[in-house]
Amino acid sequence: MIRLSLAYLRDRALNTALNIILLALGVASLVILLLFSSQLENRFDKDAAGIDMVVGAKGSPLQLILSSVYHVDIPTGNVPLDTVALLRRQMGVAQAIPLALGDSFRTFRIVGTEPAYADLMGASLAGGRLFAAPMEAVIGAEVAARTGAGLGQRFVGGHGMTGGDDGPRHEEQPFIVVGRLKPTGTVIDRLILTRIESVWAVHGIEAPHDEHDHEGESAADHEAHASPAEVTAVLVRFGSPIAAVRLPGFINRQTNLQSAVPAVEVSRLLALVGVGLDAVRAFAVLLMLTAGLSIFVALLTALKEREGDMAMLRVIGASRPAILGQVASEGLILAAAGTALGLVLGHGVIGLAAANFAQLQQMGLNALAFHPGEAVIAAAALAIGLFAALIPAFRVLQSDIADTLANSR
Amino acid sequence: METRGLSHVRDGRTVMQIGDWQLQPRAHALLLGPSGSGKTSFINIATGLLTPSHGSIQIAGQPMSALPPASRDALRRQTIGLVFQTLRLIPALSVSANLALAQQLALGRVDAAEIDRLIARVGLSHRAHARPRQLSQGEGQRAAIARALATRPRLLVADEPTSALDDANAAAMIDLMFETADATGATLLVATHDGRIAHRFANRLNLVAPA
Repeated sequence: MIRLSLAYLRDRALNTALNIILLALGVASLVILLLFSSQLENRFDKDAAGIDMVVGAKGSPLQLILSSVYHVDIPTGNVPLDTVALLRRQMGVAQAIPLALGDSFRTFRIVGTEPAYADLMGASLAGGRLFAAPMEAVIGAEVAARTGAGLGQRFVGGHGMTGGDDGPRHEEQPFIVVGRLKPTGTVIDRLILTRIESVWAVHGIEAPHDEHDHEGESAADHEAHASPAEVTAVLVRFGSPIAAVRLPGFINRQTNLQSAVPAVEVSRLLALVGVGLDAVRAFAVLLMLTAGLSIFVALLTALKEREGDMAMLRVIGASRPAILGQVASEGLILAAAGTALGLVLGHGVIGLAAANFAQLQQMGLNALAFHPGEAVIAAAALAIGLFAALIPAFRVLQSDIADTLANSR
Repeated sequence: METRGLSHVRDGRTVMQIGDWQLQPRAHALLLGPSGSGKTSFINIATGLLTPSHGSIQIAGQPMSALPPASRDALRRQTIGLVFQTLRLIPALSVSANLALAQQLALGRVDAAEIDRLIARVGLSHRAHARPRQLSQGEGQRAAIARALATRPRLLVADEPTSALDDANAAAMIDLMFETADATGATLLVATHDGRIAHRFANRLNLVAPA
């Protein structure tokens, strides 16, 4: 009977192909949306993991989060180095990690920070060691892969966040790669980490306390020295929930500081983008239903022409369930082919998009990652195909064989 | 085959009246009568597609008209091969696939050698893989006979098998049906208003349009 279904489908190949493509487009749209939004949210969550609050210069809180947590926007400005010490003195602050941004090397951002930043992002060394002295750098996995830089490699940072190669460059202050990180699937893969002092040095700012490189040195030592040294942002991890309530207000009362909570800003951003995603999602569902309707119409007309055939099948011994099964399998084969093609298409488009748009790739779009929701989409598509086939099949089976034979003879 | 007091009423009008009649195994019979005399109704009743309003009919010792639908299907599947006037092959399948499907449905297995033999017997070996719509009228009819015989039926029922054919083809068709029925041990029941083939049958059942 399956062979008979295939024979019928082959018999009207164009119709079959068109229906499969129609359903595939619907499935693909839904899969693309699902993968895109889930991977986006997943990436947002992963990058912001462990960061409870970001303190930076006043401006847009979203911009502050985007620039210092996700490294996609330009920073809001700088804050005095004292801020780090100020934060570390606050009760409930478990960790405060300064970031100094501003330079890049071949589109990869150079981040002046402390070794603790790598720990916070869950990164570990694939080779070499962490940076210790100024101008030593540790590169993320993707930086290593794309620039081909190995340990001992010297490079010169360029001013600015994006180009690096066309902007003014800091020729006199080369960095040296001392370590390479394992891939983490987070933003740190695309970063070049170095000491804050390196960033200052590159920009001709004298670090307060050049000689003190020890890890154990407390930040409190620094505050005694007034210095022009600044940081771009400070990532804060809370030690107690009270800090989450108390600290943002405290920070925002400081004249030139603002605090931003990644979770809040990201949900605001996703809410903005989400309206668009919902609209497209509704459209994709519509597309899939249209495909179901098309299969329904195609099978309905095909089965009408085949009423005689079906009566004949009954005459030569096919039972009602067998005929119902045959028609249902036709619908299911259509739906399954459409679903399979749609899944391939969806993942293919994601893969192509990631390959052709650097931004999407940086976002961590992965064509090979599967989402449990895809099973739901596939099941829905199969159900549509099955129902589209069964309704006309039942109609045909209602009719009287002797009459059908007489009429189509 | 044996009928008792068989008649059929449709929309308040008697469309077929046979009464008592018997057909012995291998005694090929002709069902003769003008249009509207109830030939098709009788065939539908004999094959269990239609329930008679009066009387009963036995096929191979079983009360076809009294069986529930599923058992009728089974009885028809196991004992009867049907040939209709036109088409009745599945257009999406080749000739040999049509035969294979019939075997699969009736016997639950496919006997490829038997299919080849039957197709050769009706002279269609060169067209075994052609689609039904590529066949000529005569070729299609021969294929339909082969399909009806593929299940090795004990009763081969043909409804107007020759009315669309010219004299030579009609004669050839009857020859073929006799020959194949004898070869497979089947009993023939042919309904027709075609006088050209009437002389070939020893048994006749003459139907008249009921008043």
